[in-house]
Amino acid sequence: MVETRLIDVTGLQSLLDALVARGYRVLGPTVRGGAVVNAEITEVADLPRGWGDDQEPGRYRLRPRDDEALFGFAAGAQSAKPVFFPTDELLWRGRRTAGGSGFEAQSAESAQAAQGGGVEEHGEDGPDTRPTALLGVRSCDLSAVGIHDTVLTGRGFTDAHYAQRREGAFVIAVACSDPGGTCFCVSMGTGPRPEQGRGAPFDLSLTELLAPEHRFVVEVGSERGGALLDEIGATAAARGDLAAADAVTEQAAQRMGRRLDTDGIRDLLYASIDSPRWDDVASRCLACTNCTMVCPTCFCTTVEDVSDLSGESAERHRVWDSCFTADFSYIHGGTVRESTRSRYRQWMTHKLASWHDQFGSSGCVGCGRCVTWCPAGIDITEEAAALRGVPGSNLPTPTSPPTPASE
Amino acid sequence: MTVTDRPGAAATARARPTLAVWKFASCDGCQLTLLNCEDELLRLAGAVEIAYFPEATRAVVEGPYDVSLVEGSITTPEELERIQHVRAVSGRLITIGACATAGGIQALRNFGDVAEFRSIVYAHPEYLSTLSRSTPISAHVSVDFELRGCPVNKHQLLEVLAASIQDRKPRIPSHSVCVECKRRGNVCVTVAHGTPCLGPVTQAGCGALCPSFDRGCYGCFGPQDTPNTASIAHQLSELGMSEPEVVRIFRTFNAASEPFRRESERHETGPAPSAEGEDA
Repeated sequence: MVETRLIDVTGLQSLLDALVARGYRVLGPTVRGGAVVNAEITEVADLPRGWGDDQEPGRYRLRPRDDEALFGFAAGAQSAKPVFFPTDELLWRGRRTAGGSGFEAQSAESAQAAQGGGVEEHGEDGPDTRPTALLGVRSCDLSAVGIHDTVLTGRGFTDAHYAQRREGAFVIAVACSDPGGTCFCVSMGTGPRPEQGRGAPFDLSLTELLAPEHRFVVEVGSERGGALLDEIGATAAARGDLAAADAVTEQAAQRMGRRLDTDGIRDLLYASIDSPRWDDVASRCLACTNCTMVCPTCFCTTVEDVSDLSGESAERHRVWDSCFTADFSYIHGGTVRESTRSRYRQWMTHKLASWHDQFGSSGCVGCGRCVTWCPAGIDITEEAAALRGVPGSNLPTPTSPPTPASE
Repeated sequence: MTVTDRPGAAATARARPTLAVWKFASCDGCQLTLLNCEDELLRLAGAVEIAYFPEATRAVVEGPYDVSLVEGSITTPEELERIQHVRAVSGRLITIGACATAGGIQALRNFGDVAEFRSIVYAHPEYLSTLSRSTPISAHVSVDFELRGCPVNKHQLLEVLAASIQDRKPRIPSHSVCVECKRRGNVCVTVAHGTPCLGPVTQAGCGALCPSFDRGCYGCFGPQDTPNTASIAHQLSELGMSEPEVVRIFRTFNAASEPFRRESERHETGPAPSAEGEDA
């Protein structure tokens, strides 16, 4: 039996206050640089009140809404990825011992927190050791975090830094009410409603209701989530509230901007290794890496050693890498994947096909970021449809401003 | 690991490797980047012996030199000879900046007629001894490493020097500026604002400086390792740039770099650029 409660906007502020009081660094959506991004927040006023967005291949624009919605936008510029999997992580630091005969290694733990979690790398003065509370995680991104949990902690070797960040984190999901023009979570079976047991677990999950009063139906996902709601005095949700919340996500599911036919997709990709379509996409692909940087499941990194001028101290960093660079597949003698054709094919085949063999799921959660944030507007759903020989089948009904669904 | 182990090193056993800094046709900005190292300058002076650096000191230690930094491009007959001398007295020769690695902004002359504009600009053009083209150092002598940028980035310069002193490979990525933007958490200026940006085809190294201030990238660091200039040119047009503007955005500090030169020439004579076979 799912436990549900009801809070209003004041209640949401109380929730933020309670998290801060418990020592959390609260990260949530806010408007910055012309987009919705994750940053440290303390107040409801920090949220993107009254902002929606228009997203299409290669294009993102904020759009003022005619209501006071706090979560009336689709996928933000970046997912939860940099929060738990920083862009630059110090692994260890070493110093030459006196006399220069050996090295003294210092574990990364003391310095690791100084990396700032990748979200506000430049804003912190010292190490930030607070656990993270992440507000506003969409269902697609929750699935992506679940995939990262599998990849980084669920196999032979656990990524200790990732595991540590994940363990302490408090996750507040938000159901999607207004999917974007590049969204296709319904195709990937990852949304739009966060469901316990699908993807990473959440502590609380909000569904925003705007009328008649601005309020949130809250699904309790954990004991500590329930305790927090008890503390702020959240009431029980009435049957009418639950029905209204159901309607929000049911409508959202009808308004996906894109569609990806996943039927036999793994075999389709494997059979397409020599498709001329790869040349076509390579003529447009910039090999700029944006798709992989914004993808919530892409996890490739490289390790860099940094030494100072004197050679007295050295550091080893793990930084985000991408299969779209020439260096990525460089081995002695040269780069294995020289052509952009082979790099795009590698990425898409891994995402939609070999990921199944490697990790037991698709590597795509349908968030649409790779489509929106590709400067050349390359659309993975369109490429998949083209490989199938049915161009255009990726476009269901177009989404425009959030009016009640009329078709 | 000693200096003398290095193949081609000019030095005998010295306490510190010697460093020389040379200038050819350039604005001195890259040399200033070295002087701007402020906090690291003392440590640098501890790690190398600054033997020849007229921009900083009149004191000269005679060559040969273990490491030479070369700024500027080759634009005069005198420079043609001098670069041979620099090569001869240098162990490792590292070019710094867009001029030395791609010909610099002065390579705009490569697209024009030097004799013609020389006659327009100077009262006595016959006094002038200049070449018809501005060329990078690598067109004349073998170069051990090329550091990009206009100017070069201070951290990259120190990294290349440290790597050279320690006999290791410098950690200088050749991927796009987009990687740096995303690592910094920048919102894409093209996708979110519609600002034309050369970042996707430009090599990283600046720390995504311009996009971090909501400006499009100018391509100071030259083409990344797999630049799809045709695709970005298409995007620039979609964002409202005219053909002459597309020509100009590729013709700045790295105008003579092969991918940028070719793309700019495709847009010179109006629409419908033919994709291939234009550069004979």
